[in-house]
Amino acid sequence: MLNWLRRPKYGTLQRREMPAGIWAKCPRCSNLIYRKELDRNLRVCPKCGYHHRLSAEERLAVTLDEDSFVEFDADLTSADPLGFAGYAQKLEEAREKTGRGEAVLWGEGRVQGRRAVVAALDFYFMGGSMGSAVGEMVARAAERAHAQALPLIIFSASGGARMQEGVLSLMQLAKTSAAVGRLHGAGLPYLSVMCDPTTGGVTASFAFLGDVVLAEPGALIGFAGRRVIEQTIRKKLPDDFQTAEFCLQKGLIDMVVPRGEMRPTLAALLAYLGAPQVEPPAPSRAAPGAAGEEESAAVPAPERP
Amino acid sequence: MSTRPPTDGSDLDRQLAEVQQEIERLRRLSRDQGLSLEDEIATLQERAEALTTAIYSNPSPWHIVQLARHAQRPRLQDYVLELFTDVIELHGDRHFRDDPAMFAALARLDGQPVMVIGHNKGKDTKENIARNFAMPYPEGYRKALRVMKLAEKFHLPVVAFVDTPGAFPGDAAEERGQAEAIARNIEEMTRLRTPVVVVITGEGGSGGALAIAVGDAVLMLQYAVYTVISPEGCAAILWRDATRAAEAAAALRLTADDLLRLGIVDQVLPEPFGGAHRDPEAVFPKVRDALRTHLQDLHRRPAEELLGRRYAKYRDIGRIVDARMNGEPGGPTNLRP
Repeated sequence: MLNWLRRPKYGTLQRREMPAGIWAKCPRCSNLIYRKELDRNLRVCPKCGYHHRLSAEERLAVTLDEDSFVEFDADLTSADPLGFAGYAQKLEEAREKTGRGEAVLWGEGRVQGRRAVVAALDFYFMGGSMGSAVGEMVARAAERAHAQALPLIIFSASGGARMQEGVLSLMQLAKTSAAVGRLHGAGLPYLSVMCDPTTGGVTASFAFLGDVVLAEPGALIGFAGRRVIEQTIRKKLPDDFQTAEFCLQKGLIDMVVPRGEMRPTLAALLAYLGAPQVEPPAPSRAAPGAAGEEESAAVPAPERP
Repeated sequence: MSTRPPTDGSDLDRQLAEVQQEIERLRRLSRDQGLSLEDEIATLQERAEALTTAIYSNPSPWHIVQLARHAQRPRLQDYVLELFTDVIELHGDRHFRDDPAMFAALARLDGQPVMVIGHNKGKDTKENIARNFAMPYPEGYRKALRVMKLAEKFHLPVVAFVDTPGAFPGDAAEERGQAEAIARNIEEMTRLRTPVVVVITGEGGSGGALAIAVGDAVLMLQYAVYTVISPEGCAAILWRDATRAAEAAAALRLTADDLLRLGIVDQVLPEPFGGAHRDPEAVFPKVRDALRTHLQDLHRRPAEELLGRRYAKYRDIGRIVDARMNGEPGGPTNLRP
């Protein structure tokens, strides 16, 4: 029962990407999967392990303890500071489509009983791109973690800086990195989780600055785009280039963690890095296959009215 | 929404190109056929000069991009030679190699020691190839960070010269952590306990520029540019048409005047008519004076004050809207019904 998600404004964002129906087709292995089974499996294909993208709400739903989340700044959004052609309209469309004001959702919650400030970028909102508002909210999340002496967890899913705000977007790299820097200075843990995709300016700022950097299997992670690189070096890149597994092998990230293991992994890391446990761990919702947990297994978002 | 038409001035450009082609054609004709076309050529040359003046006296954003990229524009090595004495270049990131796209040196300005870092464009094609057109690899950024930490340790201010199309977008750069290197530099520069003065002299190409451009004072030459994406890249993504770069250049607000208005740069250093390359000798003293002024001011401020001001400066950049104007700003929103 993810009743913390039952707010009317979120009622419209279910089942994006996947056609409506009882069956879903996996984009990687093309198998037809019973939708309820896919949801029970946290939207990970039971046949091939493909991790479907999640919205920011879905991400927090599969990560945080039930009823533990309080959101901040839900009404904050970008202005159109440069009067950039078409931007106001794109923002409006993104708001319509997602029911969110911006490409990030942040607040306070608990991971298996451990309090943390948590932020999730939403790839469905203009590709999760970072303009002034996203930068502001990520900075506020880091500042709140600092002020409350809490750990910070950020789930990234972003194409990078938002072109339509010009250099103001570029400066969000500095703003977010500065805020995370203060957290580092205060000795508070920051866990960065890179989801598919995490590229460009988001990788070149807070996403790579985690004390521990995690990624979901198969996530695209990189600074420059594949096409640009291929044009520059005039050769074809291998298929696995810039995947989470590639980054792990190159020493760029600490670990690749399947969605079903993310919750206990984050909790275990927080335990090591000094986050206080405020209450006993809530019953795990994110352990697919665990006996007797079928009913309580997390169902991300699709069951909402 | 802005309905301002793009003032790219490409009409003038096209006319100028046409006039120059015509001059060439007449010259060939006069040479090959032995015709006397001096009068016609002189008239056209006058026209070309008038067009050039029109372009230079009020350059469009796209013209300014061309000026910022001009092959004869003063390079880092010119500034280093002209402004500093006792230069001792430092090399290498201590991990992989020495990146010739990034310069690092101990140097003196008016006798005062500073650490100089900067993107290192070449003077000609050969040197540009050797220096990878000032597009650093991660090891370039790590070299810059290494010497910045050195500067912090020995209480030397940092002077950073920015002139790059961007961080190098290659497979090896990705494998060695281009994004991580840039992110690390940006974070460390927000916390560096010594004054940092940045001068954007040519191209400020996105994250690859910002990775050495977080500072207490950010100065920019009049015809330098600073942008989140190249106008060509922006046009290719937005309109699937890289030839609309002039339009994108106007939309991105990448000129020094724009950035001063947006609070991203602190001071614009004027250039001679037609750009720095037309009279470099007029540019160097302006840069020297500005560096002197800012370093003197920053020198007497304690590190804590520097860091507080630096943080506040970057913290404040951006424009946002709170849709819930009459609610408590920044207050919590509980998702539970």
